[in-house]
Amino acid sequence: MDFTIILDNLPLYVQGLWITIQLVFLALCAGLVLAVPTALLLTSKNPLVWGLPYAYVYFFRGTPLLVQLFLIYHGMGQFETIRESFIWPIFREAYWCALIAFSLNTGAYTAEILRGAINQTPWGEIEAAKACGMRKVTRYRRIILPSAFRRALPAYGNEVIFMLHGSAVASIVTLVDILGAGRIVNARYFAPWEAYVTSGLFYLCLTFAIVYFFKLWERRWSAHLRTR
Amino acid sequence: MTRKTFVAALTATAMMAGAAGSAAADEWDTIRIGVEGAYPPFSQVDSGGALSGFDIEIANVLCDEIGAECTLVQQDWDGIIPALLARRYDAIVASMSITEERAKRVDFTDKYYQTPAKFAAPKDAEVEISREGLDGKTVGVQRATIHDNFISEEFGDTVDIRRYATQDEAYMDAVAGRVDLLLADSVTMAVGFLETEEGEGWEFVGPDFTDPQYFGEGVGIAVRPGEDALREKFNDAIAAILADGRYEEIQNKYFDFNVYGEPYGE
Repeated sequence: MDFTIILDNLPLYVQGLWITIQLVFLALCAGLVLAVPTALLLTSKNPLVWGLPYAYVYFFRGTPLLVQLFLIYHGMGQFETIRESFIWPIFREAYWCALIAFSLNTGAYTAEILRGAINQTPWGEIEAAKACGMRKVTRYRRIILPSAFRRALPAYGNEVIFMLHGSAVASIVTLVDILGAGRIVNARYFAPWEAYVTSGLFYLCLTFAIVYFFKLWERRWSAHLRTR
Repeated sequence: MTRKTFVAALTATAMMAGAAGSAAADEWDTIRIGVEGAYPPFSQVDSGGALSGFDIEIANVLCDEIGAECTLVQQDWDGIIPALLARRYDAIVASMSITEERAKRVDFTDKYYQTPAKFAAPKDAEVEISREGLDGKTVGVQRATIHDNFISEEFGDTVDIRRYATQDEAYMDAVAGRVDLLLADSVTMAVGFLETEEGEGWEFVGPDFTDPQYFGEGVGIAVRPGEDALREKFNDAIAAILADGRYEEIQNKYFDFNVYGEPYGE
């Protein structure tokens, strides 16, 4: 184990850490914004309403993240019409391609988690809301969604960790994220052990931070359910 | 099978494999050769999945000359030296330039070819290859190659370097317009890209680069440090195929110029 390689390249890893945090954080925000309406549409009984969101969730949960990234990065670049259109400046950059792929991917998983949580809303809560005279919109806003978010939280915490780990595929399309830094160090010094152990440690620390954060969040949101 | 017997069986298998490996190491009647397969025309995988190219043919004819039975092992460029050191194969025939940095980890044979590096750009781009001309440009290279080292050291502060795992991926992004310039070996870029349909809109720009500080003393075969017997066998074989015309025969199939970089033989 050659620690000088790791120490010399720490700035590179920190840059990579920053890219990973940016990508994952922005993708999670966009994914969540996408997931809430998708989940609501999915709970509908009308096939015209749930059809399209169902197809979206089905595709993005049914294919590997790497395939989705390749389709967006390499696939989009293949078509002349896209290369000459106004959206090309976005698809030209590996960063945006990765962000789009990650957002759509985590959006689909989160929608599915939320849909499950909404469906499991105890009937009593809805009945009580109705008895209080709440209209449907108010019911969703005040009762069903907050209750669903609370139930979805542990599963969502897992999704966040999966997204963090999945984000490592960004290094395949030239982005220098945590793994990308490791790949450069490996290639430069022919030292795969040092290079990837360091990458792994960075992911490990991030994962622990996320787990800790979600634990606090869960305590706060389900305080009323805790035994005293 | 209980866990204990399973472990015992594993250990036994590993020991047998180890024994077989060391027996081969003394005689060199079988040699495993690491190749890349994404670097046309030197090595590529055809539609049927078979390896072909200049490196592949040279590897095979060298094995004939040595009188050894060779197996080719395909390995990504990034891991090609670690896999050699990990004994997944015994030699690398993968257009690897002989550089100081690599020579710290592996031993090299004499060169078996030598070609200059060059930039390429879209035909209408009019880039000047100089510090000012390259300022702010995006340059695609294959990661951890002599070309990567050169551009990182000489222009790393002013150009945006995109590093790819394979040369083929760099070409793909060149076609897509994600890079302004490519820097690569002139021959592989000519045959693998510029002369193909995809590379129509691109051309060479600027001078040949041959500075030995970056581009080494040509392309050699890498073996594990201290494997002198194998290295000598390869050196003798390279000299032999250069002298008796077999080298020329192979190189004429691929190139209309002398890829060895100097007259064959003495």
